[in-house]
Amino acid sequence: MGSMTSTDDSLAARTGRALLDAATDAGGVSILAARLLQRMVPPRVDGPELWRNLHRMGVRSLPIVGVTALFTGGIMVIQAGVLIRRFGAEGLLGWGAGFATLREVGPILIALMFSGRVGANNTAELATMVVTEQLDALETLAIDPLAYLILPRVISMVVMLFVLTIYGDVLALAGAAWMGQGLLGVSTATFWNGFLETIRVWDLATGLIKSVLFGGMIALSSSHYGLAVTGGAPGVGRAVNASVVASATGIFVVDYLATYVLQ
Amino acid sequence: MIEVSRLSKRFATPVLRDVSLRVPTGCLYGLVGPGASGKSVLLKCLAGLLRPEQGSVSVCGATLGDLDEVSLQAVRNRIGMLFQNNALFDHLTVRENIAFPLRRRGVSDESEIAARVADRLAAVSLAGFEDRMPGGLSGGQKKRVGVARATVTRAEVVLYDEPAAGLDPVTSQKIFDLLRAEQRESGATVVMVSSDIERLLTVTDRVGMMLDGELIFDGTTDEALTSTHPVVKQFVHGEVDGPL
Repeated sequence: MGSMTSTDDSLAARTGRALLDAATDAGGVSILAARLLQRMVPPRVDGPELWRNLHRMGVRSLPIVGVTALFTGGIMVIQAGVLIRRFGAEGLLGWGAGFATLREVGPILIALMFSGRVGANNTAELATMVVTEQLDALETLAIDPLAYLILPRVISMVVMLFVLTIYGDVLALAGAAWMGQGLLGVSTATFWNGFLETIRVWDLATGLIKSVLFGGMIALSSSHYGLAVTGGAPGVGRAVNASVVASATGIFVVDYLATYVLQ
Repeated sequence: MIEVSRLSKRFATPVLRDVSLRVPTGCLYGLVGPGASGKSVLLKCLAGLLRPEQGSVSVCGATLGDLDEVSLQAVRNRIGMLFQNNALFDHLTVRENIAFPLRRRGVSDESEIAARVADRLAAVSLAGFEDRMPGGLSGGQKKRVGVARATVTRAEVVLYDEPAAGLDPVTSQKIFDLLRAEQRESGATVVMVSSDIERLLTVTDRVGMMLDGELIFDGTTDEALTSTHPVVKQFVHGEVDGPL
């Protein structure tokens, strides 16, 4: 009985600590968002830093997003192939691929890739800068680290995930059309006709709104974990791990809520 | 001039307790003490990076705790600082690291920036390293770039946190000699934290010793060397036997 109580206590304590940690992180992200909003009125963004981040976060993500999107389109056709053949519903391939890509698969997969490449890198960079006192150095140089370092990164992530989602959607659809012709014999004309007749602008807008929400969530959480690092070099690894887990989880939570609201 | 009055600061436990200190203008002040005695925290309070819970810190005539963010930034423009980890910006070249404080303080004449960067690099014997990235430098070279950046604006107050940490004895002495020469030339008020007390005392005008968050000694370098305070005597002379 005594050991049971001890186990219960330990479990309760661990649960309590986990809840407190989650509340601390949620509070930290909220405070960071509020402080960044303060710096946007009037806008105080460092131009060169913004361009540098737009380039390295966006342009350098093009290959990995492109490959992911092309194969995603192909996979959707392979999965749909059985039903398309069975029912002879070639005309629905464009609708099926387009609907799934624009509303769900495109934004989510591209956001997950973006989180793994850009979000994790952002956390590691910021955490290293904190550990090596580079943020303190900025402050002694009378530079506001949030305006100089964080705001350009957040803007870049939101803008570039939006742009990359459009780019990824186009490639995923191109991949689906190409694979549809190669594997199922559905002509590209049939594919695009089916797509254009059934897909609405709102389907595209839904995915793009999600991409903006995902971008903001990845940017804020990856920056928060980077800035809140403690414990020197080992702390950097822990911060990156926590950031990747939080971003991936957050993408699905935000997707659920956004899908519900935008339905 | 720097004036600290009854300064206290705590994190989980108290790290500074009722510290009072006065560093005259143009003085090179050495701050020594065992590890975790509060030296670096005191230095960060002087730079306005940490706000005290009690007491006051006055730098260049301004009481830092009373200032809003804009006024504090104006005071920081008069302070240069070298961090223990050098804090060089990884994404900038050596040239851009040294030029960074100049650009941020409104110097826009590229020829003037180039001349001042070249002057600083020559002073720290790193001419020709302009286009190198910090990641490609040795520990001693990073430290010297940090010194160049801390002094490029000719700040009135310069704070050095462990300027010779992790360096070999010869490079350490060169760094201390360089900092002394810089201070003599500029007339800046300097506070230097170092664990290398033997070399530090060759360049300081005054010395303070911290122990468990308290300033237990404040006097001239000669007074430190001849102090009969058991802790100061043991620490300054590196004796094994004693209260520490």
